[in-house]
Amino acid sequence: MKMNTRVLMKGNEALCHAALDAGCFCFFGYPITPQNQVPEYLSLLMPQHGRVFLQAESEVAAINMVYGAASTGVRVMTSSSSPGISLKQEGISYLTGAELPAVIVNVMRGGPGLGNIAPSQADYFQATRGGGHGDYRTLVLAPSSVQEMYDLTRDAFDLAEKYRNPVMILTDAIQGQMMEPMTITRDPLPVPAPLPWGTRGTRKGSRTIINSLFIVAEELEKQNQRLQAKYDQMAREDLRWQEEELAEAEVAIVAYGSAARVCRTAIRLLREQGVRVGMFRPITLFPFPSDALRAVGERMKLLFTVELSAGQMLDDVRLALEGRCPIGFYGRTGGVVPTPEEVAEALLAKMRELGI
Amino acid sequence: MTTMLEETVFSRTEALCDMRFHYCPGCAHGIVHRLVAETLVDLKVLDRTVGVCPVGCAVFAYDYFNCDMIQASHGRAPAVATGVKRACPDAVVFTYQGDGDLASIGMAEIVHAAARGENITVVFINNAVYGMTGGQMAPTTMIGQQTTTSPLGRDPGLAGYPIRVSELLATLDGPTYITRQTIASPKEVLATKRALTRAFQAQVDGKGFSLVEILSSCPTWWAKTPKDSLQWIESTMRGIYPPGVLVDRTGYA
Repeated sequence: MKMNTRVLMKGNEALCHAALDAGCFCFFGYPITPQNQVPEYLSLLMPQHGRVFLQAESEVAAINMVYGAASTGVRVMTSSSSPGISLKQEGISYLTGAELPAVIVNVMRGGPGLGNIAPSQADYFQATRGGGHGDYRTLVLAPSSVQEMYDLTRDAFDLAEKYRNPVMILTDAIQGQMMEPMTITRDPLPVPAPLPWGTRGTRKGSRTIINSLFIVAEELEKQNQRLQAKYDQMAREDLRWQEEELAEAEVAIVAYGSAARVCRTAIRLLREQGVRVGMFRPITLFPFPSDALRAVGERMKLLFTVELSAGQMLDDVRLALEGRCPIGFYGRTGGVVPTPEEVAEALLAKMRELGI
Repeated sequence: MTTMLEETVFSRTEALCDMRFHYCPGCAHGIVHRLVAETLVDLKVLDRTVGVCPVGCAVFAYDYFNCDMIQASHGRAPAVATGVKRACPDAVVFTYQGDGDLASIGMAEIVHAAARGENITVVFINNAVYGMTGGQMAPTTMIGQQTTTSPLGRDPGLAGYPIRVSELLATLDGPTYITRQTIASPKEVLATKRALTRAFQAQVDGKGFSLVEILSSCPTWWAKTPKDSLQWIESTMRGIYPPGVLVDRTGYA
């Protein structure tokens, strides 16, 4: 869509338009709620634009089709939801091992097991710790609005190519299903020329081998060191977070994605009661904005983490603060979304406990 | 004074790299690699070929075929090849897979690639055993055949029956060409070469999915000499896996 276009759409549809506008050439997916709008929408849009849509026989096949298409140097995306993302983990490990760029969307739902189709943030560990086998990470972006579903998905393709590493959009059933107005902030890109190293035959002038097998231990260690160096570079160059109403605050809520939306309303309720509270919202979950959070935490009386999980990002908050500030937590699981009143009440209880 | 006349009667094809195969003595992978490589040269498609190698004995095939190569996760080569072909339709794309990779862990991917009529060529090595991991029972291991996980012989009451992949795929409307060949004699090696040529030609002409199953020897895990292994293909494997053309919708003479 053209720059400055103002549209009302679902988050799942916004990320489809973002993929299209980023020059994504191939999409491979498999039906699973609550991300079905993505393959449905793209099954029409991609062929209309002369691009590739293919419904795979499984999430396992879909991620391996991504691996094949990414090998040829084109922009490629897949999307799924929690159980399907679990199935993709071996493929994601291979993508990182073979250093291939790809965009992977997880519209999270309740777990574990088949769980349910309600919104959840319980895949944080899986997304930020690697998820599959081996010492690797994916760059994880967490949108908190339909606008960000579009903007961050556009960026995800650039970041994937910058690092030759998969980038995950970690979102949830609320973000995927809710409709909001958004503005197209950049002109669409044409489909870019395939990356020069892509496996399209030696006619390009050289022979390409896409591989994650390094049978000699010292060579595999070198490959691991290359990967770790990329992750360090991500932390230097591509950290993102947002600070809201922290200037005069003595308490900061730490939340991302849909939880941050609930917390924004909770903060309004708390401020009406005179509580000086603001929010720190990580946008990159890996790399985690630890230094920025520590700087905020050092001047707070309490950091209060709110998640739609039993407490996963909480670990990163603790690691960032290393005991420099008291840390509280409130979370709901299984697809239950807390009300702003519940969050406010939980935070007030923690403040009373700490004598703030 | 005598004059030495030298004439080259056999040399490495340009489609194979100047590398020493890691395969065991008497293993037929070397023969099939050469046949595939020669076919790519004959059809003049080597510089637009992308090969996908499996997990199994042929995992290092990316070091041998002198074209762009991708190493796939176990069983997923047909899905990877699908991604390559859809993204780059003018590439000639082949997978090279063993029976464990293709017929056990990768059964879903091969069936669906065939059902879609994906315009790729699959080279399927059936030697009735897992080679790389140490001679375990494969989905194609025959009744009574001893392996390291069926030490008393494959018992159908415990481990079920061998799968005839080519016959199974031949029930689908998607495939264009499916054939089973062997490398047990020079004559059959040449027939396999002709089958591979037909399979790759079908892809080049945009006709769709082709698969060449090749009954192949594994002297190491069959505990036989190379010669006895070839004999065993003829005496035992052929009976369970009869060679022949199962599907031919190429329209070629």
